[in-house]
Amino acid sequence: MPAPLYYFIVGFIVLNAVIGMVTYVTLLERKFAARMQSRIGPYRVGPHGLLQPIADAVKLMMKEDVVPTLADRHVYNLAPIVFLIPCMLIFATVPFAPGLGVADLNIGILFFLAVSAMEIVGLFMAGWGSNNKYALLSAMRAVNQIISYDLPFIFAALVPVVLAGSLRLSDIAQAQVGFFGAFIFYPVIGQLAFIAYIVTTLAAENRVPFDILEAESELVAGFRVEYSGMKFALIQLGEYAHAIGTSFLGALLFFGAWSGPGPAWLGPLWFLLKAMAVFLLITWVRWSFVRIRVDQILAISWKLMLPASLLLLMATATWVAWSAGGA
Amino acid sequence: MSDPEARKVVELGYGGSERLTMNMGPQHPSAHGVFRAILILEGETVAGVDAVIGYLHRCHEKLGESLTYTQYPSIASKTDYVAAMTSELAYVRAAELVGKVEVPKRAQYLRVMVAELQRVASHCLWLGTWCLDMGGALGGGATVFLYCIRERESVLDLFEALVGARLLYGFHQVGGTRYDIPAGWAEKCRQTVAAIDKRIDEYEDMLEGNAFFLARTQGVGVISRELAQEVGISGPLIRGSGVAYDVRRAEPYSSYEDFDFKVPVETAGDCYARYRVRMQEFRESIKIVRQALDGLPEGPISSRPGVKSVGQVRVAKGEGYARVEGARGEVGCYLVADGGAKPYRMKWRGASFSNLSVLPHIIPGHKVADVVAIMGSVDPVFGEVDR
Repeated sequence: MPAPLYYFIVGFIVLNAVIGMVTYVTLLERKFAARMQSRIGPYRVGPHGLLQPIADAVKLMMKEDVVPTLADRHVYNLAPIVFLIPCMLIFATVPFAPGLGVADLNIGILFFLAVSAMEIVGLFMAGWGSNNKYALLSAMRAVNQIISYDLPFIFAALVPVVLAGSLRLSDIAQAQVGFFGAFIFYPVIGQLAFIAYIVTTLAAENRVPFDILEAESELVAGFRVEYSGMKFALIQLGEYAHAIGTSFLGALLFFGAWSGPGPAWLGPLWFLLKAMAVFLLITWVRWSFVRIRVDQILAISWKLMLPASLLLLMATATWVAWSAGGA
Repeated sequence: MSDPEARKVVELGYGGSERLTMNMGPQHPSAHGVFRAILILEGETVAGVDAVIGYLHRCHEKLGESLTYTQYPSIASKTDYVAAMTSELAYVRAAELVGKVEVPKRAQYLRVMVAELQRVASHCLWLGTWCLDMGGALGGGATVFLYCIRERESVLDLFEALVGARLLYGFHQVGGTRYDIPAGWAEKCRQTVAAIDKRIDEYEDMLEGNAFFLARTQGVGVISRELAQEVGISGPLIRGSGVAYDVRRAEPYSSYEDFDFKVPVETAGDCYARYRVRMQEFRESIKIVRQALDGLPEGPISSRPGVKSVGQVRVAKGEGYARVEGARGEVGCYLVADGGAKPYRMKWRGASFSNLSVLPHIIPGHKVADVVAIMGSVDPVFGEVDR
């Protein structure tokens, strides 16, 4: 099979799998949140509400597509797509099992981090193009927050890279076999890096307590206040895809991806389970904290997360170099 | 105003090209009702705020003149619809004061009991919506909100068993109360308050151990003692600013002098202090409810016969002002009677209205996110502000 055709087919499958996963992850989150709040959650559509995501999707497709009269039409219409593409593209380098993935680049993690940082362009376009003060404020906050948290996010994600000695994601996963199958068990460094990763992930995904972009009690719905119908759905899709992508990355960097008991073909299942566990951890935090203020968010990033993650990365590098030199 | 800080704030005014005018309300997720705050922003910082009220004006004072003493109490519920029992009580007490109507001891105890249960229910809603403001409808705030609503519902169930209504009651009447407690109600009430007592500990654990909650509330929206007294705020707000003023203590009514309770006071004056005051009030109210249940005297529940016709209550000529401690502060009712079945003139003193007037003094200088935190901590009910 010619290579372009192969990549097209694999890419198509992964893209659709991600979209399918996003719709059902929303149900998972709603059920999980409902249990936390002593509710039942979606229950009416299908058995135990299993068809609820389909109903939501159909509803969003039927909605009227409203464009504000004074909006910057081109920017406004383009924004959801610009936002969605990087969020989907991050799945390109994730290996779901040894050799099972779209492209196992030798700079996989670099690609992942670079592309996931690009969502800010779409966010700002949405906020600017809407010609709405709430959206504009939200877009300004978005630029502030995402730039502030990208650095500690990258530093936290680089710790396993230094430990594994490779930028290729499948190599990082394989390198963890020596450490009980997961870098999270690496003494001190592993746990600290994971905490830093989770905190910065919350910020990068704009989730409570760092969801000042959406902040519906202040900015109504933030940058997507003017969006409706499918454009809104695309933004929502992008956000969840990004959340799932970073959950997969977290599971890969810290929980050894597909390693687990049982035959090798169970690998992707283990990976999925671990990624969902990371996702639920983020969800757990989301549904139990209050949102913090924009100046506090920036203070946490620049005064705490950035120096701490930088120190951690340097300590890891020193430790790795020292132990390699000693051996 | 003698407070220079407050004066500076008022004179900030509008203007300047670097500023952004943003509407918050009247249709806004965090407006507790229909309140419009016109914010003047410098980036994220609020430079000025203009509060616009009146979207929920329903001519309550005119209604008071055109409805009889039997009819109006159930309308009075609709001023402060979150704490309807106390606003009814203010009206009925004003009529009793002017007409010099005696109230039997049992009725007084029943009134205290429902007023304190109402305070618990109202504070439940306040805590829930306030956390919703700070935590987001898609976040931890919604979790606290749903927990609080669960508790509020259990109190409303008690009211439903007592009156038949869950929001607007018509429980009080001139001369006493309209209903006595049904069989088994006292036991159910004890169970409910015991459950709420336990849950309040859970909320405190959940919120006070949360660094983000503390970061959002401590040092935010500080009302100085002087400002509090000048603006004339009351209720948990003034007690959070270090003034131990509570109508139940300052001017005991309805046998409040029989009960043993503390008036919680905090001195910091910030959102967290107001939160602490209300959390302690939960416990004090529960204490009073238990004492009222224990010491409920036997006897008639009203010195006047039950309602047979709308015009049966006539109040002698005179005028008077009665005040009660509502969930939000001092609720007052000024009544001028001309000897007929309707008041000649009536005027409400809404606690929320006075409390809300402190906002322009404390909001400028804060971030946009603090505006909703401060507004939630003031706990306005717009039915009472606009009347």
